Formats: sequence, structure tokens, C-alpha cells
Amino acid sequence: MKRYTAKPLPPVNLPELRQVGKPLRRVDALGKALGTTSYAGDFTMPHMLHAKAFRSTEPHARIRRLDIQRARAFPGVVCVLTASDLPDGKLASDMPGQTGQKRRSGSDVQILAAEIVRYVGEPIALVVAETIEAAEQALELIEIEYEILPGVFDPLEAMKPGAPTVYEPDNIVARWKFRRGDVETGMTAADLVITNQFKMPFVEHAYLEPEAGLAWVDEQGVINIRVCTQVVEHFRSIARALNVPQNRIRIRGTMVGGGFGGKEDITVEILLAVAARHTNRPVQMVYTREESFSAQSKRHPFVITHRTGVTRSGRITAAEIALIADSGAYPYLSPYVLLYAAGMATGPYRIDNVRIDAAAVATNQTFTSAFRGFGGPQACFAYEQQMDAIAQQLGMDPLDFRRINYLQTGDKTASGQVIESAAWLEETASRALEALGEKTPDHDAVKIGWGFSSYFQSYGRITWLHDTSRAWVGLEVDGTVVIRCGTPDLGAGQVNSLAQITAEILGVPLENVTVYSTDSAVTPLAGTSTATRQLYMSGNAISMAASEIRRVLLERAQKLFEEDLDNLDIADSRVFVKDRPEHSIPLADLAAMCAAEGLELHNLAQFNAPFSEPIDPETGQGRIWPDFTFGSMAVEVAVDTETGEVDILKSIACHDVGRAINPDSCRGQIAGGSLQGLGYAVMEEFKLHNGHIMTPSLSEYLIPTSLDFNPTEVIMLESGSGVGPFGAKGIGEPALTPAAAAVANAVADAIGVRIHEIPLTPERVLAALEKVAAR
Amino acid sequence: MTPQIVTLTVNSRTHQVALGAHITLLRALRDLGYTDVKNGCEKGDCGACAVLLDGKAVNSCLVLAWQADGAQINTNAGLGTQENPHPLQVAFADHGAVQCGYCTSGAIIAAHALLEANPAPTETEIRQALSGNLCRCTGYGQITEAVQAAAAVMQKVKGG
Repeated sequence: MKRYTAKPLPPVNLPELRQVGKPLRRVDALGKALGTTSYAGDFTMPHMLHAKAFRSTEPHARIRRLDIQRARAFPGVVCVLTASDLPDGKLASDMPGQTGQKRRSGSDVQILAAEIVRYVGEPIALVVAETIEAAEQALELIEIEYEILPGVFDPLEAMKPGAPTVYEPDNIVARWKFRRGDVETGMTAADLVITNQFKMPFVEHAYLEPEAGLAWVDEQGVINIRVCTQVVEHFRSIARALNVPQNRIRIRGTMVGGGFGGKEDITVEILLAVAARHTNRPVQMVYTREESFSAQSKRHPFVITHRTGVTRSGRITAAEIALIADSGAYPYLSPYVLLYAAGMATGPYRIDNVRIDAAAVATNQTFTSAFRGFGGPQACFAYEQQMDAIAQQLGMDPLDFRRINYLQTGDKTASGQVIESAAWLEETASRALEALGEKTPDHDAVKIGWGFSSYFQSYGRITWLHDTSRAWVGLEVDGTVVIRCGTPDLGAGQVNSLAQITAEILGVPLENVTVYSTDSAVTPLAGTSTATRQLYMSGNAISMAASEIRRVLLERAQKLFEEDLDNLDIADSRVFVKDRPEHSIPLADLAAMCAAEGLELHNLAQFNAPFSEPIDPETGQGRIWPDFTFGSMAVEVAVDTETGEVDILKSIACHDVGRAINPDSCRGQIAGGSLQGLGYAVMEEFKLHNGHIMTPSLSEYLIPTSLDFNPTEVIMLESGSGVGPFGAKGIGEPALTPAAAAVANAVADAIGVRIHEIPLTPERVLAALEKVAAR
Repeated sequence: MTPQIVTLTVNSRTHQVALGAHITLLRALRDLGYTDVKNGCEKGDCGACAVLLDGKAVNSCLVLAWQADGAQINTNAGLGTQENPHPLQVAFADHGAVQCGYCTSGAIIAAHALLEANPAPTETEIRQALSGNLCRCTGYGQITEAVQAAAAVMQKVKGG
């Protein structure tokens, strides 16, 4: 690869702000550093019981006999619940009304398995006991006999006629189609047609905090559930599953010890609700690490096949893409993940003729669902290797080839959606590549390679889900501020962003803002902390609420100072006249004045995302997302051709974040997301063998430590063009997306042969090298 | 085995508790209310439960409570307060080293043990010392920076 220089940035208009854009200490940071922040597993109550789940050890079986008598009789055991205690014991796991697809009978999640188990780890019985020890010992006393059913462990096998079915009528969980232009014409116009297939594994979220919670029935008969969750709105599904009114379930979220999508689906809360209701006592449930691995979702394995037509001059004329995702034993969010992967499968390229066919297929393996990127990283791993493979065949530099095809503002995606914000692809790629600096020379058996990738990734939910967020802001009469907003904080700074935006708008120091969040009963519902949507959605809602209070304050100050509204401002808790700052009043005094006059210093605002009709089911045409984030990552790798080991020497991530509300926080998202992506590239694989888990804990499933890679260098660009507050885009998920493709491209550059499957383990690298040697 | 009375001195408070032989120090500490000691794996893979046992950083899930009988134990929450936080706690908060916070107490304990032994560590030495403390959020760079910043502050305090 040649040397690159950064493409100049177009002019942007980003007014200097007092607090937004500053690396202030996050409101949640000190409590966490002091160890005083409470997490879901830290709460206890008087007379609290402990719950443990008895789980399937078979990937597909009929339960012939389940005997809980000895377990029930064990001293300290209060009850042992099974499916027979739960007449309506199902949780709807796919959302047909929302994906536009048909609901599948039999695919609902069983709270406790009734007749059939479909994966190793599926809960069958729930032991509730006075102590953890009693619960654990009682688990050993449960007797079960299985009739083993034939299982299916590969989505390609599962699609074949006659394959064992996970549930009737077949194993296809979801399909999506995109049709744009005419692929045959496009392929005819091409000088070259290039076909490649790419594969990705199951991946574990491996947040440090295993799932945990505490539930109790309060004096009103409301089932309270304190839990680490990304979605407090699950109170609705739990109410439906238990057949109780929705106002009788209250989710009190906690600070989440890492989510990454793994705490987007219901975890312990449904079991806790069942147990608390049954015993009328508080019940705690904390998953072991092994349970967290077997009982919760994984990233989808995909097989993605690209067939791309391209002219000698480097213009892509057509793309035909097939995607097959493994949904595991239950659908959960597979239909959505598949939509994301398919809708972004072309990559950030202008292609007029597109045919995309995607299917999610059930197998008797750990279920798959949301994981940071939501299908985007899988799509990117495939399209960005395909781009490098094409450039190589054309004999073109990979950036020169991409820049001919990169999407620009005003261009359309595969679904025909117009890109409305800045699309800084060459801007980010050229900067990331430039920052690689001098290439490290090869030495002995170690070959050095460079690679990069560019991506686009949506932020905000699918627009036909009609997403909303509510936030409440109140100004106390001493000039301090209270926020009430349902946003769950996963550690990415969700709550701090709300506080920092409010502090900016109301002109108070950040430490004067207190945030109450993530409670389905007392904080206005702000929607899920998923889909990189919280800054966009709740950030806009909080801006609306705070701006309304600012308006009330300034209109009162206008009377006081007899000045134009435009000439008034608030900063450092003082309201002042801009051109005569000595004319000012403490915010507290003005607040007290407003309060005495009955002016409203509180506001509940709702932000609505753009609403659209669902895409056409035959062509996939229509709007899918509110907007996209764009960026690139470049890496330098060292491949030891004797051992096959891949070392990542340098990695540079350059993303247009729109506007960084808190630059330290934003950098942390990018650095952390990048490292997860590098782990995805070379280390991580959640392995199953015939449905049995081969990597059951952090001893076998290795995630990057502080020593594995040098930290990623972060370059943040700010186009100010996003649809979030102050022009922000979303960065939580996009941060991870480009990493694996960049590493794979660098490895191909180093060893001269492309590896189409991650992780890039020494075995795969050596096998690829042998293939070259055999040529 | 029948429970025995174990004396645990934690953050300068002394507790006498009857514990079975199988109870880990992690479990004993959490049951006593030291919930800043986090359970991430219960087998020494993640470092979230790290505490100082007579000044040495250990994974409390790999120590039986009986083995800690009579020992001085320090957890992260004992190192500082809201009003008077430890320089490491300040640095972690100010350098973006805290995201979800679940690994933070263990990481600060590992860093504390490092700085006791080596007040001016290099970046590599910090990364080595914290290699047993998994973090899934930060990418580690900001944690290393925080430890360097805290080391500088602590050196100054000592020197001044």
C-alpha cells in the first residue's frame, strides 16, 4: 500500500459551547471509582430467598420424566417451580407486528421448558431456597430423563429439506429481500465478476457483570424487579407472560456492568417475577459466569456470499449478496439483526443494481440476538474484504478503488434510503491510514501488513417502530437541577450525556445536576439503551425539556432587565445580559421568583423519531433508519509465518461522531469498541460441538487483556451533521464495526492470501500459508 | 466441616464471623456488605474481586475465608471517600478509565499494589500489572493513563 495524506475536511459550523464538547468528569464516574455504586447483585432484603435454575444438558430432547420431589423436600428449599406452575409460561420472543413477518407458532420462549428443550442451558425448573447452598444442593437432587431428539447444528444443514426441525414447520426464522435496479444488466456491464464467501462465529458479550436481580411484591401488590437491564420496558412482556396488568410490574434498573446487547433481552427478571409472586418473599438471583455464557444470547454467526460486478475503471455495477444467520434455538431479535446485516450488506458504496437475500435459521444451539453492531460488524467483515479482493484483482490501490464508489450525501442505500447527513468515508479512511505512519519492516519469519476498512452503520431504531423517548427536567428553587429519564446506563455515559446537555442549556455546573434514571414506574419512559439510540433520542428529549425551562427563565429575566431575549444568557448559575454582563441575577434568585409567581420550572418532553411505513416485503425499498454514522479503521499487523500468530501492532480508528458531547466518553466508546472488534478478529469464538458448549467460561473463552494489543489510537471528527443533540451522531455500536475487516485485510496484505473466516487463529493462518506454498 | 469463627479486619473494621471451610473470601466479604468486591467469574479469570490481603493484591475468589483469618484486608471502597478520594480513584474518574465500573474496584486494587511496589511504573509495567483485570468496556488505554496520572500525583505528594 502507498502512503496516504488526509483528505481536507469540508467546512463545518460548530459553535463553541461551555460544557458540551468538554471532557468533564462524568456524573457516574466517581461513585464507580470509589466502589460505592450499587449493581444489581449488590441489593439484599430482609427474608430474602435465593433462586437457581435447573438447566438442560441436552441440545434437543423431549423431557420424559422430571422428578422434583427430593429437591422440594431438601431442608431450606421453599419451592421448586416447573412449567406446570406456569399455565401461560411463554415469552413472545419475535415481534411479528414490528418486523412485518408472520408470527411462528412454537417459537415463543419458554420461561421454563415444558416438553421439549432446544438448547443446552434452557431453564427447566427453578429452585427457590433460604440460602444459595440449599438451592445449589437441591439442583443436584432434581431427576430428569430425556428422550434425545435429533438436533441440527449448522444453519446450512438446517435449511435442507428433511433436516430436524427446531420448531414447525421449518427452521427459517426470518427472511429479507432487497431488490434495486437490475442485477443481470449490472453484471453484464461489468468487466469482472468476483465471488467470495465469508464466515463468522458465535461471539460472547463477556460483560464483567453476570446477570443479576432482586424481586419482591410490595404493599400495593406490585412486583418490583431490580435488575441490570438495557430495557426497562420489559415490564410489559413480563406482565403479559404472568397475565397481570402492566401497571403491576415495576422494573427498577441499576447501573449496568456492561451490556453490549446481551442485556437487551429478558434475563433473570422473568424468573425473579415468577419466584417472588409464588413465594411472596423477596428473591435474589445471580447468574454464575457459566450460566451467563449458556443461558444468554450470542452474536450471530453468518455466512455471507458476495458476487460483485465491476468495470476495469473501478466502478461497481452490481452486487448480489446472500446472507445466512444462525439464530440458535429461539428467534429473539434475529429478524431485526438479519435486517440490519442485509440492509447494510452492500457497505457504504453507491451500487445501482442490488439483489440481497437473507435468511435467519434456527439450530439447536445457544440462541443469538443483539450484540453491539447488531449484524453490522458481520456485514462489514464481508463487504470490506470483498472490496479489497476486488481492488487487488483490478490492480488498484484499495482506497483509490473505494473512493470511486463511496457513498456520498444524497446517494441511496440498498433500500433506496437517501443519505442525509455527512458521509465522511474518504475523510476518515485517509486519516486512519495517514496515522499508521512508517510501515514496520518485515523481519525473519514475521511479515508486516497494512489493512483498513470503512463502514456505515445506522443509529436509532428502525423508523417504522415509531420510536419515542421522554425526559423530564426540573429546576429547584436553589438553582440545582433534577432529571428524571428512563434511560438505562450501560457504562457508556448515557446518563452523563443527559446531564451534560442539560447543564449546557440551563447554564449550571455539571455537579449541580442530579439524574434519576432507569425506573419503569417513576422515570418517564425513554426507551431502550440499544440501537445506539439513547444520545439521539433521549438527548433530543432532554434538550427539548431543558430548553422549555430556559425559555421560561429568560422570558422572566426579559421583564426584569428590559432586554431583548437574544441579549440574555445563562452561565455559571447566573442569568445575565450578554453585552452588559454586570447586569445579572443568580439563577437561584430568578428560580425563586418564577416559583413564587407560579411559573413552571419543570418540563416533560417527548421526542419522536421520524416515522415511516415498513419497507416493501418484495423489494426491501423504503426508509429503515433515522441516520448513519460513517468511519474507518486502519491497522498494522505482524504475522509470524512460522507459528501463524497474528499480532496487531497499531490500530487507528477514525469516526465522524457528529458532535462529541463528552470527548473523553466518546473516545472511550471508540477505544473500547475497537478492542472488542480486534478480539473478534483474532481471538474470540464461542465454540459449540453438536450443541454442547466447548468454551463455558472465561478460562476457555478468552477476551483481550491489557497486554494483548496496543490501545487503539482514536481520531474523532465532528461534522455536526447528525440528527442527535448539537449535531451528534451515534458511536456506541459503530465503534466496533470496522475492526475485524481491517485486521483481515492487513493479514491478507502481510501473507499474500486472504482468509475468509474469523477468528484469524494461528491454525487458520498456517492453513492459508500452506495453500499458498502448494500453489 | 463445622463452621469456625474467623476474624477478618476489613478496611480497619474487625469482624468475627462463623464460616464454613468452603466459603471464599469473596463470598465472606460480600456477605459482610463489602459489595465493591465484585463477583465476575469465581475462578480467578477476571480480577473483579481483587482485594489487598496484608498488602498483597489477590483474587478473593481464590482465597478461602479461613486462610484470611487474622489478616488485614483492604477493598477499594476503603481507600477513599467522596470527600477524600484516593488519587487512583480521582484519576480513574477523570481519565475516562471508568465506563460500566464493574471491573474498576479490582483494577484500582491491582494498580494500588503496583504503585506500592513501583511508584513510577512504565506503561508496559502498568499493563503487565493489570493484565489479570479484565475490562470489556475501555480498551485499557484510559486505565493505563489513569494509573500513570495517579502515580505522578502520589509521587508529588510523597516528594512534597
